[in-house]
Amino acid sequence: MLFSVPPMYYLIVSALIFAIGAVGVLIRRNAIIIFMCIEMMLSAVNLSLITASHYLNSLDGVLMVFFVMTVAAAEAAVGLAIFVLLYRGRRTIKVDEINLLKW
Amino acid sequence: MIPGTLFYWIAFIFTALTAIFAAVMVITRRNPIHSAMFLILNFLCIAVLYLLLNSQFIAIIQVMVYAGAIMMLVIFVIMLLSVEEEKRTYKIRLSPAKVIGVLLVVILFAQLIYGVAQKVVPGEWGEFTPERIAQIGEIKAVGGLLFTRYLFPFEVASILLLVGIIGAVILSKKER
Amino acid sequence: MIEYVWLIPLFPAMGFLFNGLIGRWCNLDKKTVSWVACSALGLSFLFSILVFFSLLRLPPDARAAVPDKVLFDWIVSGDLKTVIGYKVDPLSIVMALVVSGVSFFIHIYSVGYMHDDTGFTRYFAYLNLFVFMMLTLVLANNFLFMFVGWEGVGLCSYLLIGFWFERDAPANAGKKAFVVNRVGDFGFMLGMFLIFTHLGTLEFNQVFAKAHILDPLTVTMITLLLFVGATGKSAQIPLYVWLPDAMEGPTPVSSLIHAATMVTSGVYMIARCHVLYSMAPISMVVVAIFGAATAIYAASMGLLQFDIKRVLAYSTISQLGYMFLAVGVGAFSAGIFHLMTHAFFKGLLFLGAGSVMHALSGELDMRKMGGLWRKTPITFLTFLMATLAIAGIPGFSGFFSKDEILWQSFSSPHGHLLLWLVGAAAAGMTAFYMFRLTFVTFLGKCRASEKVKKHIHESPPIMTVPLIILAVLSVIGGYVGIPHVLGGRNYFHEFLAPVLGGLPEGVGHASFSLVKLAHAGGGGMDGSGANLELVLMVVSVIIALIGISIAFYLYILKPDVPKKLAKRFKALYTLVFNKYYVDEIYEASFIDSAKKIGTFLWREFDDGVVDRTVNLVAGLMLWCGKILRKIQTGRVQGYALGIVLGAVVVIIFLIK
Repeated sequence: MLFSVPPMYYLIVSALIFAIGAVGVLIRRNAIIIFMCIEMMLSAVNLSLITASHYLNSLDGVLMVFFVMTVAAAEAAVGLAIFVLLYRGRRTIKVDEINLLKW
Repeated sequence: MIPGTLFYWIAFIFTALTAIFAAVMVITRRNPIHSAMFLILNFLCIAVLYLLLNSQFIAIIQVMVYAGAIMMLVIFVIMLLSVEEEKRTYKIRLSPAKVIGVLLVVILFAQLIYGVAQKVVPGEWGEFTPERIAQIGEIKAVGGLLFTRYLFPFEVASILLLVGIIGAVILSKKER
Repeated sequence: MIEYVWLIPLFPAMGFLFNGLIGRWCNLDKKTVSWVACSALGLSFLFSILVFFSLLRLPPDARAAVPDKVLFDWIVSGDLKTVIGYKVDPLSIVMALVVSGVSFFIHIYSVGYMHDDTGFTRYFAYLNLFVFMMLTLVLANNFLFMFVGWEGVGLCSYLLIGFWFERDAPANAGKKAFVVNRVGDFGFMLGMFLIFTHLGTLEFNQVFAKAHILDPLTVTMITLLLFVGATGKSAQIPLYVWLPDAMEGPTPVSSLIHAATMVTSGVYMIARCHVLYSMAPISMVVVAIFGAATAIYAASMGLLQFDIKRVLAYSTISQLGYMFLAVGVGAFSAGIFHLMTHAFFKGLLFLGAGSVMHALSGELDMRKMGGLWRKTPITFLTFLMATLAIAGIPGFSGFFSKDEILWQSFSSPHGHLLLWLVGAAAAGMTAFYMFRLTFVTFLGKCRASEKVKKHIHESPPIMTVPLIILAVLSVIGGYVGIPHVLGGRNYFHEFLAPVLGGLPEGVGHASFSLVKLAHAGGGGMDGSGANLELVLMVVSVIIALIGISIAFYLYILKPDVPKKLAKRFKALYTLVFNKYYVDEIYEASFIDSAKKIGTFLWREFDDGVVDRTVNLVAGLMLWCGKILRKIQTGRVQGYALGIVLGAVVVIIFLIK
């Protein structure tokens, strides 16, 4: 007897993608890849929100995802603009070579 | 509904594995373009999962905004900042920070799994059952909420986007 | 008209703001500045006159009961409610008239005197501020607001004594005046606090209405503490030391602040509080004794000085002593009367001295003067008028007021023969040193150097006109208060009577049998009392004439005698010439020890404890920062690691 997929599985997938994204943020040096990893983590969180929303018969999670996407879009615009600017000034977008914000 | 449920399971497992695979590829590819491509794949898989969760609206948005617009932008920037040389210099180096980072993320993941396994999804039960959504239409329902209960966050989001636009313009403007 | 009393201090305040802010900022020319300053004072004087006449139209009893003009609440906190309010009664309006009138003439004089000074605008701004504060002092309707004026005039005095602060002497003199005044103000404040704790109010009307509930000890303490304040401000023993040094300021300032107005505020304050003083006989005695002692002590110091401004300074202290003698024996209106005439003639004397300095290119030493009367006739004549007035020659204003004080010090219930003797002796000395000053300065041969001699000239009209006006006032100012015994009518006392209760009736006190005898028949102002008053009057005039004669003999007929006398009585001469070494004694006793305590606290406590603690805390913070800033690597991934760590910790709490 097969039941429909329980929410736990979706949440595990979501957590896994989130963790992979976090590892990417921590080990990669290319700013754009780090940026993409962050987007991936956001997306993973969205998945868990939708899961919860679906299994609770609610639309609140959907709306939350909507706003997260808005933030992600704004972040993308500004973040990528910063990368362009950084590259223009320092000829690199490796994060370990860009350490302006230090003591 | 046995065949339906079975299809459901197959679809879930396939899509989930593809998504995880794509995610791993994203963080391991040397060429950022490849990473970006796998990320698009990942986003598409997540969109399919949304569909499986009966959220067609968000699935469409996911494809359009994430896989479409944002990734478009990312690839555009990658092209712009010629990244060939980065490929060659890139090597995995095991620095202590990275090891600690990965360990921490593993702990984090374990915690998440533990949390998910321990408890059922908490929270109040809402009124939007799949039947109801099917009846009024998901977009209509979301739109209704957006302009009533979530009006203020909606407006704030619009301001955020405006600020984002202005910020992007200002930042990428050539200095005189 | 009376309700416009607040305009009287307002005009000088506006003049101060205009000259002090706009004038200094925009570098306005001297003409504008002087016009603004003088017209502010002119308007103030005009309004004082208007208010005075509207007060005069009221029936005598209503004059003291004019309701206070309250502008607004100032401090309202708990039991304390203080208002910005002005009190109009005969006493305050007389003071306002004297202050604004004399200030007005001195302002005009200053325009000529300070003409070449670079600090012209600053000078007039301070002067206007001073008049504002002085009018606040005399018109305030409560102790606290009066204290604002009290401190304000102290501030202006400090600023104007140290007006030429580039030189050390004026700067130090200003500092000295300020510090010595603080000692007195301390007493004033304590007196004020005592009044508030016992009566719960500081408003004059309420305090005096409730005063009867005070027990004698409290009221004695209050009045003595207030008197300490008065000794500081009005340069009485033991706090007089600042006034001679205050002569370092510009001469019109000495005239206005340190002769005519500010230094008399102590007398005014005691007259204002006469209700309290009348309840405290011990305080009255103390005030009278200190006044008499100051009168003769300062006069003796004035005998031998050569600096003309210093002679006048000691004379001022001495005359203030007279005023305190008057209020101390209960003759409050006599004190105020002398205050007024003194403002005229002493203001005039200082202005005359200023005119002499002007003629002699700033010379102050009277040994280098002489024979000036030919070159500066107006200055000489006006100076002579004032000298006659202060010496108490009949017909001049000083005669009426000083004689009244002497008579009262003898006849009033608080009076005593000794007080009269001291006062009469001081009067003789005053006549002597004032005529010595006049003779040496204006008569005889000119002893100035040739270079200075060529420049000697009469001052411009802008300076001589105020001199003439004040000279006229010095002559006729006394006729508002002719004693009954001379067949006159004492308008001045009648005017002040609603507030101050008139003069004590001339009933002899028990200790003196002669007066007792004289009043044995009927008491009061009958024939024998009047005769006695006449006799005393003649005696005091004779004493004054003797003083003048000695001065004439020593300085005109036999100019070499003073030196011989000085040689013969060398010890006494040195003692008096050096002002009894009081400054040195104060220096050695109070000032040195205060400085030592200050130095100790500075080195040991401030440097050792406070600064070290602060440095320790700062060092600790610096050390923490040095360690913690290593975290701030500038590497984004390090920060991301921190975020993950934070998330792990938070989740531990969430899933436990």
